[in-house]
Amino acid sequence: MRYWVRNVFHLGVKELASLARDVVMAVLIVYVFTVAVYSEATAMKTDVSNAGVAVVDADHSALSSRIKDALQPPYFRAPREIDRSELDALLDKGLYTFVLDIPPRFEADLLANRGPSIQINVDATAVAQAAVGTAYIQQIIARETANFLHQHGASQAVPIEPVIRALFNQNLEAIRFSASMGIINNVTILAVILAGAAVMRERERGTIEHLLVMPVLPNEILAAKIWANGLIVLLAAGLSLHLVVQFALQVPIVGSVEFFLAGAAVYLFAVTSLGILLATIANSMPQFALLAIPVFIVMFLLSGSFTPFESMPVLLQDIMYASPSTHFVRFAQSVLYRGAGIDLVWKDLAAMAALGAAFVAVALSRFRTMLARQS
Amino acid sequence: MTADEGPAIRVDAIHHRYGKTNALDGVSLSIARGMTAAFIGPDGVGKSTLLGLIAGVKRIQSGTVTALGGNMALRSHRDMVSPRIAYMPQGLGRNLYPTLSVVENIDFFGRLYGQRESERRRRIARLLAATGLDPFPDRPAGKLSGGMKQKLGLCCALIHDPDLLILDEPTTGVDPLSRRQFWDLIGRIRLERPGLTVLVATAYMEEAERFDNIVAMDEGRVIAAGDTAQILAQTKASTLEEAYIALQRPERRGDRTQLAIPELQPSDGPPAIAADNLTMRFGDFTAVDHVSFRIQRGEIFGFLGSNGCGKTTTMKMLTGLLPASEGRAELLGKPVDARDITTRMRIGYMSQSFSLYEEISVRANLELHGRLFRTPAGELEARVASALARFDLDAVANALPTELPLGIRQRLQLAAACLHQPEILILDEPTSGVDPAARDRFWRLLVEMSRRDGVTIFISTHFMNEAERCDRVSLMHAGRVLSIGSPEELRLARGADNLENAFVAYLEEASAQSVAPKDLPASSAGVKPTDASGLSGSETRSLSDLPYRSAAAPLRRIWAFARREAVELLRDRVRLAFALLGPLLLLATFGYGISFDIENLRYAVIDRDQSLESRLFLEQFSHSRYFVEQSPLRDEFEIDNRLRSGELRFAVDIPPGFGRDLLQDRQPQVSFWLDGGSTFPAETARAYIQGAVLTYAAERHLQLQGQDPQMLPVNVEPRFRYNQDFRSVFAITPGSIMLLLVVFPAMLTALAVVREKEMGSITNVYASPATVSEYLIGKQLPYVATGFISFVSLVVMAAAVLGVVPKGSVLALSIAALGYVFAATAFGLLVSAFVSTQVAAIFATAILTAMTAAHYSGFLFPASTLEGPARLMGLSFPALWFQTVSLGVFAKGLEANAFIPEIAVLLGFGILFLLLARLSVRKQGV
Repeated sequence: MRYWVRNVFHLGVKELASLARDVVMAVLIVYVFTVAVYSEATAMKTDVSNAGVAVVDADHSALSSRIKDALQPPYFRAPREIDRSELDALLDKGLYTFVLDIPPRFEADLLANRGPSIQINVDATAVAQAAVGTAYIQQIIARETANFLHQHGASQAVPIEPVIRALFNQNLEAIRFSASMGIINNVTILAVILAGAAVMRERERGTIEHLLVMPVLPNEILAAKIWANGLIVLLAAGLSLHLVVQFALQVPIVGSVEFFLAGAAVYLFAVTSLGILLATIANSMPQFALLAIPVFIVMFLLSGSFTPFESMPVLLQDIMYASPSTHFVRFAQSVLYRGAGIDLVWKDLAAMAALGAAFVAVALSRFRTMLARQS
Repeated sequence: MTADEGPAIRVDAIHHRYGKTNALDGVSLSIARGMTAAFIGPDGVGKSTLLGLIAGVKRIQSGTVTALGGNMALRSHRDMVSPRIAYMPQGLGRNLYPTLSVVENIDFFGRLYGQRESERRRRIARLLAATGLDPFPDRPAGKLSGGMKQKLGLCCALIHDPDLLILDEPTTGVDPLSRRQFWDLIGRIRLERPGLTVLVATAYMEEAERFDNIVAMDEGRVIAAGDTAQILAQTKASTLEEAYIALQRPERRGDRTQLAIPELQPSDGPPAIAADNLTMRFGDFTAVDHVSFRIQRGEIFGFLGSNGCGKTTTMKMLTGLLPASEGRAELLGKPVDARDITTRMRIGYMSQSFSLYEEISVRANLELHGRLFRTPAGELEARVASALARFDLDAVANALPTELPLGIRQRLQLAAACLHQPEILILDEPTSGVDPAARDRFWRLLVEMSRRDGVTIFISTHFMNEAERCDRVSLMHAGRVLSIGSPEELRLARGADNLENAFVAYLEEASAQSVAPKDLPASSAGVKPTDASGLSGSETRSLSDLPYRSAAAPLRRIWAFARREAVELLRDRVRLAFALLGPLLLLATFGYGISFDIENLRYAVIDRDQSLESRLFLEQFSHSRYFVEQSPLRDEFEIDNRLRSGELRFAVDIPPGFGRDLLQDRQPQVSFWLDGGSTFPAETARAYIQGAVLTYAAERHLQLQGQDPQMLPVNVEPRFRYNQDFRSVFAITPGSIMLLLVVFPAMLTALAVVREKEMGSITNVYASPATVSEYLIGKQLPYVATGFISFVSLVVMAAAVLGVVPKGSVLALSIAALGYVFAATAFGLLVSAFVSTQVAAIFATAILTAMTAAHYSGFLFPASTLEGPARLMGLSFPALWFQTVSLGVFAKGLEANAFIPEIAVLLGFGILFLLLARLSVRKQGV
């Protein structure tokens, strides 16, 4: 046992030393955890914000102006007035996501109780914004017409007053979500590639064979790769969370950063093991890269850090539970956004640890056969 | 040409540094045309650097090199003479492509030099016949034995009739028979092409003796140069080996006394190593065939045999690295067991290829070894220090192994293998590429360990003078042991005058029984240049009609690179399958899986009113497909807790007196608490809640007034354009294709180039007449094709499986895809120009392509909503532009002329990336 710890420690130190030599790699790691996190956080628009709106106003009444004025930042850009003939071309170019079409005599028809219609042309290829944005516009129109009618003596409208408040993030600022999710995605990609490629490189150079004639066990080699590469990613993620998210982006974090990092350590055990497992399946570095791409793209698009997990088909949700990233995203959202403690997230932690252990077990069982295939 | 009159090579005052190390320190020499020169000297004195500079594959730092009548510092001259120079770098098969067959390798070089098909075929046939490779034209180069690899390398070098042949340790690690055949071959070539100048670096002194000139080097300088006979006379030596040692600085000479090996004392007890019918099969190929031997403690046992005869495999079975298919092996009286750690502590192993860490220093490597072998902390420093001293590694203790020449790396491996004072040493060609003086010192160490400490030594070697020092040797061929005995016994058994001849006789006999190589053409002087061995097509040539100077030559070279890359890709079935199936799998997953249609928002209610009115209001939620009700909340504290746990997306809090207030038109408040952590579902929930309240109001109005609600006096008619059913798959599919078509092609291309850098075959480009642009474009073409095939398969799958059929111009989409794939692969080339390791290439390509495509290119969020740097990042990457086309054609049904600007921009990106890559890659190493 004492030797196990020592071997794992020394091999891990070697791992860190060799990584320190790859300057390009170091620059890339710094880049993804600073510049990339920053610009992703400020760019990702899962909410309706800044949506492009145009209005075809054939009425030019007080009411139509009122509706136009109500479409305001931060949800919408100030609407541009366009001619109906331009409508199709502008939507084709993707310049506007919503185009309101207010017919002639709109206000007059309303006052005459003839139930006029407003058309909203929605570019439905903008899936993230189209549905919510349409709902917003519908409400804005309803509210404005109600107020308008109220001024013109019609009865007070809504029988109840909904008071909608958000916990944890009062103004529903998307940046609070996207900033830390950006870090999580980087953690996944980096951990899979670093650990997997480290094993692959040792295979291609023959150094792993050399280790196996020394008093070193395969599980010591794996353990060293896991801790060394995991530690680098953990450090990078921790610094990024403090310096980029909290300091540069001024995003408040509801929960405990330390607890999050502890969970990240468990996650890193799982993903570095996954990377190593992939490296035992592939036979060369290019093969490993091609195998890793689908793995990390799926993990980063389907784990709930991009699109809501519950809106995926149930079958796919079930499959994705076999990915540690799903549990980690849920863990991270609970801890970072909602301040959850271990009582609420222990299941996800346990799942990550169990998946990691399974990956390690499979990787180990493939270890010797993999070397035999090599020669 | 008058320039052709002078010496073939003139080198003046060349200095060359690698960082702080002085590799060459003022070297000047001159070699006449048609001469042969051997460069000898210890490892790391600058022989390889000098040859590389002469060949033009390394950049000259200071001084001048004149080769074949011109200055090699001038690009114009290099371009002109490179077709007349052939360069074979150090290392077995370093310039070959392992998955390509024998013929394909030579054919590639022929194409590079612009030879036509018929000419290539004729030359290849002649070269193969002359080198005895003709029985195996289709064998992949990677599966050839070391000697055959070197012969093939020579064929590749000779395909274009060079006037200057530069060979850097061509016979290192090659068995005596193959070595003999190799030099016979060179001899015949020289007979046919008297003008051929041959420069060779070698560690074999008996080889160097055959050369006209000797250049002895030490510490980056030439210490003696001239006629071989002259040098022998100068040093009063009878053999070059003696002369060589005499030329050394005294401290390098080592012990000049004859190495005396004391008698081996027979020991009892179990043998140190015992093999009993050891057999190893790979598929239907038997690498080791019932090998048996017993080696007693303290014995030095030599393992000899032709390349690829199974020596290494046997050694790997003894160490437990490979489980034997049959038979058993014992070490120190215990069966070999891969799990047995204690036995491993007693064994030292050195593999044939360098297997220590290149990226940590020599000292760090030794320290790591010591630690892993459980050297007590107090002793470690002393042991490492003594190993550094013993193996003469002090000077390079802090250098990285990458920077060191082969010989010194071998010494480091030996030092590592001996560091923990093992009882058995298993050494696989430990002295290949090590200079004679160092080898001599090393053998003194071995003898000392064997006789004084009783260490058993199992060693394979190609040096006969080393074999002669073994207690016993075993001769192996084609997986079988031919004979075991003391060197003297073996020599007598064949009646040969020395062990080498005995060995060659054994091998020749054995090969005759197996695959008889075709009789080599006689190497007599009477051979006519064009027939018989026919190694040259020495027709007189004028510069203008040389194939590599014609106008079509660049195209032919591009084609040569493209063709080779394509064949390599086709051979690597797994890579090809991943490259084509990976995107399809991902497209299916995304099309099926990514969805922004939020339904089933989980919520719970705390109803403090419990009235009929409150229940009616809540039905608005429980009956909606957007919401799923969870068990009710008991108190306010639970609201917070259950939102925090992520169980609920929102909570509804109905105040007491809700029903009463409602009936009295007092507009009661209802509180909704959202989980603001995940903003997108929260936004959606807010919109849906407001919608539900409005619907409730309208229905109530209808109930109370019995008429159409005045509440909603305006009909709002949303028209979802391009995607009437509002299904995510229609929006996700075009974007997914955009994402996949940049990630995969860029990754494939980047790795293809960086891999050549790591493996060393990029030297072929440095040495050939091809330009960097030709190389890059040639590399790129197969991946453009792969990318386009991938595009076609993605579109077919989108239409057939996902039901997303392109509505607009398929032609425009295809042209744009071609431009996009071109840009993506060019981006891969650009990445490869900046990174030196495959790991960095994978990571850089992954984050730069996947992140940019996913975040800034309008994949999930319309690109028009981006602002500032994010917008700029999107605009300066091809993905955004292709996304416009992809979305336009798939979803909006637009026609071709709408996309002319986008297609132009995509092509522009491709050209720009290619230019940048071209500017960042230099054709010459340092």
